[in-house]
Amino acid sequence: MAGEKAAGEKKAAGEKKPGKKKTGEKKPAEQKAGQKEVGEKKKKIKKHHASRNPVLARGIGRYSRSAMYARKALYKRKYTAPETKIEKKKKEKPRATITKPVGGDKNGGSRVVKIRKMPRYYPTEDVPRKLLSHGKKPFCQHKRRLRASITPGTVLILLTGRHRGKRVVFLKQLATGLLLVTGPLAVNRVPLRRAHQKFVIATSTKVDISGVKIPKHLTDAYFKKKRLRKPKHQEGEIFDTEKEKYEITEQRKTDQKAVDSQILARIKKVPQLRGYLRSTFCLSNGVYPHKLVF
Amino acid sequence: VFKRFVEIGRVAFISFGPHAGKLVAIVDVIDQNRALVDGPCSGVRRQAMPFKCMQLTDFVLKFPHSARQKCVRLAWEKENINEKWAATRWAKKIEAREKKAKMTDFDRYKVMKAKKMRNRIIKHEMKKLQRLAAKKGKKPEKPEKSEKPAKAPKSAKAQKAQKAQK
Repeated sequence: MAGEKAAGEKKAAGEKKPGKKKTGEKKPAEQKAGQKEVGEKKKKIKKHHASRNPVLARGIGRYSRSAMYARKALYKRKYTAPETKIEKKKKEKPRATITKPVGGDKNGGSRVVKIRKMPRYYPTEDVPRKLLSHGKKPFCQHKRRLRASITPGTVLILLTGRHRGKRVVFLKQLATGLLLVTGPLAVNRVPLRRAHQKFVIATSTKVDISGVKIPKHLTDAYFKKKRLRKPKHQEGEIFDTEKEKYEITEQRKTDQKAVDSQILARIKKVPQLRGYLRSTFCLSNGVYPHKLVF
Repeated sequence: VFKRFVEIGRVAFISFGPHAGKLVAIVDVIDQNRALVDGPCSGVRRQAMPFKCMQLTDFVLKFPHSARQKCVRLAWEKENINEKWAATRWAKKIEAREKKAKMTDFDRYKVMKAKKMRNRIIKHEMKKLQRLAAKKGKKPEKPEKSEKPAKAPKSAKAQKAQKAQK
């Protein structure tokens, strides 16, 4: 009887498994019950208990969280996932100290040096916690936009800088959003240079620059102004040490030649384009920029 | 004093309003200020239009007053108003103005170069004639009137201008 009951219970437990719904069978099931027991013991899913927390009103239970913890005996039911190899590797502690040889006066022997040292200064007041902000990205992560009228090969009119009024060929947009532009040098003395999109008029004249290869090392870092920072003297002679005169490096010359040779060939194909690039833009009486079609 | 009159069949050019720039024929007069107007070949529906926005042209069509659109269209096509209009100086001036407004920066440069070249040629020829006249003037003869050699430099400039205005 007891055995049958046990078999009945375990059979009922077996019902919980998907695909094994044999509620009505008793006699043939008893014979197989023994076999099932063995199989089920390995994958025993306990029959789920009804809620141990009687309902007082909707949404309100009789027992608190901690009382339920005890009632459900969760103190006995703590599971952890098996530790993977990666986690085992991570557990390896980083080196805390290093042994270095003693040099100088007391030569020979070795001393132990901490790698991560305690801070040498604690401020009197802690820095207050900053409020959460949203969407404030640093400059390097800003979205760069380019006007639709500016495509590689467009002739641009520079409006500011020492080359104002000059017409110039646009090559590409650099990572900071500035435009890489060249005269070409032989035509109007504008070298490979950066120009700002906002201070440029894009004309509708385009040069076909489809096959031109621009060297990859022409980035913002290449064009950035270099400043010496070696304040050896406190006052007086600081301004002399800084670079006043800009010198054209040989690399710039070779890069200029490499790019210009390709572009000049294409400029010569269009009649009068060379003369156009040599001329400068100017306004005169009766010429209004808002009425001009560029 | 007045050569163009408002009459049935007068072709008018609309100067402002929604149909600015189109040609219409006056079909009937409504009152002192408005006319019934129709432009079947220029995309203007038959409608009332104030005289103020119309500018009369030299063309007159022949059809009876209040004639229906079909008649107006027949008369229009018979007289070939569209082609005649395109050949007038008025229409050419309008076209030149439009082209000038559409000029790009490069086109303006090309026109400037063409003008410069043309003026140089003209000046050159002028100087030649003036020198001739001055020489002959020293002798007791009537000085010749110096004329601009009209044809040669103009054709060169016209070609360049056409190229630029495309």
